[in-house]
Amino acid sequence: MTKRVALLYGLMCLVLIAIGFLQSWNVAFGIFNLCVISAVMALGVNMQWGYAGLFNVGVMGFTALGGLTAVLVSMPPVGEAWAAAGGDIALSLLSLAGTIAAVIYARRVVPGALKLPVTLVLLLAGYFVIGAFFGPAKETIESIDPALSGYLGGAGLPVLIAWPLAGLVAAGAGWLIGRIALGLRADYLAIATLGISEIIIAIIKYEEWLSRGVKNVTGIPRPVPYEVDLIESEWFISLANFFGATEISDAAGLFVKFCYAVLFVAVLAIIMWFAERALKSPWGRMMRAIRDNRDAAAAMGKDVKRRHLQTFVLGCAVCGIAGAMLTTLDGQLTPTSYIPLRYTFLIWVMVILGGSGNNWGSILGGFIIWFLWVEAEPFGNWFMSTITAPLGEESELAQHLVAGAAYMRYLMMGAILLVVMRFAPKGLIPEATNRSTAMAK
Amino acid sequence: MEILNALALFANFVVVPATAYGAQLALGALGVTLIFGILRFANFAHGELMSFGAMITILITWFLQNMGVSIAPFPTALLALPIGVLATISLALVTDRMVFRFYRKQRSNPIVFAIVSVGVMFLIAGIIRIVIGPADQSFADGERFIIGAVQSRKALGLDEGIAIKQSQLITVVVTAIVVAWLFWFLQKTRSGKAMRAYSDDEDLALLSGINPERVVMICWVIAAALAAIAGTLYGLDKTYKPFIFLQILLPIFAATILGGIGQPVGAILGAFIVAFSEVTVTYAFKKFLAYLGPTDWAPEGLVQLLSTDYKFAVSFIILVAVLLIRPTGIIRGKVI
Repeated sequence: MTKRVALLYGLMCLVLIAIGFLQSWNVAFGIFNLCVISAVMALGVNMQWGYAGLFNVGVMGFTALGGLTAVLVSMPPVGEAWAAAGGDIALSLLSLAGTIAAVIYARRVVPGALKLPVTLVLLLAGYFVIGAFFGPAKETIESIDPALSGYLGGAGLPVLIAWPLAGLVAAGAGWLIGRIALGLRADYLAIATLGISEIIIAIIKYEEWLSRGVKNVTGIPRPVPYEVDLIESEWFISLANFFGATEISDAAGLFVKFCYAVLFVAVLAIIMWFAERALKSPWGRMMRAIRDNRDAAAAMGKDVKRRHLQTFVLGCAVCGIAGAMLTTLDGQLTPTSYIPLRYTFLIWVMVILGGSGNNWGSILGGFIIWFLWVEAEPFGNWFMSTITAPLGEESELAQHLVAGAAYMRYLMMGAILLVVMRFAPKGLIPEATNRSTAMAK
Repeated sequence: MEILNALALFANFVVVPATAYGAQLALGALGVTLIFGILRFANFAHGELMSFGAMITILITWFLQNMGVSIAPFPTALLALPIGVLATISLALVTDRMVFRFYRKQRSNPIVFAIVSVGVMFLIAGIIRIVIGPADQSFADGERFIIGAVQSRKALGLDEGIAIKQSQLITVVVTAIVVAWLFWFLQKTRSGKAMRAYSDDEDLALLSGINPERVVMICWVIAAALAAIAGTLYGLDKTYKPFIFLQILLPIFAATILGGIGQPVGAILGAFIVAFSEVTVTYAFKKFLAYLGPTDWAPEGLVQLLSTDYKFAVSFIILVAVLLIRPTGIIRGKVI
């Protein structure tokens, strides 16, 4: 069992090293960093699916929420916007709190039959009160220097603080949706998470005062040095010379990627440590018991819905952290780049391929699938040009097919998912259970 | 007169588009609910199935247009639609045979089916993007309007007209015919009764000699045909965008759950409720209220509850409300 794990991880390392020699070390480290982020996301999904059997189709939303948190924490605040509209924003927040309090109070006091109409009336009234403050505030903020800012900015704190915070924010969203959809049919959770993720993306796309929307936030402060500073500093030049680097700018790029890699691997290691500890603890055994036979576990007095909510929230938090890491690495938040096939369903392929319920498997799955996703493009181009070669350069069909080559990756991911589900449903590194070790003996 | 103007305005911008949209959703939701009822899983590939049907129809339409074939004033797509339907049915039957049948034999958990349907979704999405590309495609031809705005204004003698696009009328008529046929099929024919029996109680149906593979096959044929028709009508009414068919899954699922899972009548009811709430909530009532209020008065702002960017939020809110208040749906559906 451990031999197999070591072998598969060794192979993955070899492939990345081969990329380093064949393409360039910059490419290899670029892929490696995104592999690590994918692995963190896969760990989050594995907590939900592998530990508890929950089908979350909203990974994209929680990732994007993490990215938004990174922006709100690390970008410098736009003073002018706060000065012009801060009061109105505070008033709208106050009226929001007031509405919520009024609804809660009314639901306690008002007798049963009137509950729903009173709640609706209060909600509608609150909506218009908030709108009265919020509408003008929004317009003021968005009109201040729209080409450069046009939003409130962030808190101006170091971006690393955003990572744990992103986990908390995503956990909050996960708690809300889990409260509603858990405990019902299993597919209801899937559909509800699909919905919440679309809404989160819509908010980030269209609430310009908050996230600049489709104008994107760029230049998020980095937790690591900038290339321009590196190539001018003494110690870096001597370090580069020590390693025999020929091109100083390449070396600087590589060094930055290496710093990110260290940070990401540290996060991955911490999450992995907790995940493994949890899985081996009585809590982990209970989760597996609930997953494998929920009625029996309920009969033993386990609160199934509560436990499900717990793992669901934890998984969402991990996805949120990964989202913040991704935005930090990119240095920008581009809402239009969030598409479900890439941010939700691809992560699912990672978990299924790696081995549901096995954390080591999920990390491996994250590495393999991200690697294939990146390398599918050159491969698709090569494949399409080869099969269309007999048609000649001029042929319209050939040009059309070559243009569509990038989408070969969808075909590939679908095929991987279906083949694994059919022929190796336990994945590359199957979950280690007492039963399977007993049978091996 | 002012009230009549307000009503005409409302009909033009809310009732007519919502009816057409509701009809498109209903066809999609009927397919999803049938698969829920017979195969007992949430088919995430259904949106892509719709997209595939629309794509084949578009390709055939282009071919026919190049040949100079036309059935003006009707859109050529109607002529191409049967081939799109056949292609989609073949695709659905192939995926069932290659993919889903295996898990049916194993009696796998519904969630396993749902995950497998994600794989199918990836495959179909890839095929669509390689064949037709990720960009928008327009393929509507023929007359654009049945009743133009100016025409109807004159006919009604009002300031506001009710314009009806040809695609909207075609959508409603085709949906009405298809739904009427479907209900006749389910209620009156032997196969339809077998399907309902199988959906109601699988084991009992098996005991009474119903062939499960046949029921499943008929279910896929109907669901795929409905999907192809829905996708084509949606593309005809708006434009064909490959990425939209993943987003449209949400209103379709909301309609299915709202109506009660596995309930065809519920699916139609749910689809129209979702469509009407989506259009009403995102409609700006400014002009409507101005007609109703005193002369020379207009409300400040657009009086729009939600901007159109958030139309998906409407289906989500409906979904959440159903889950909280009545998880079985309007017409009691299946709940584990």
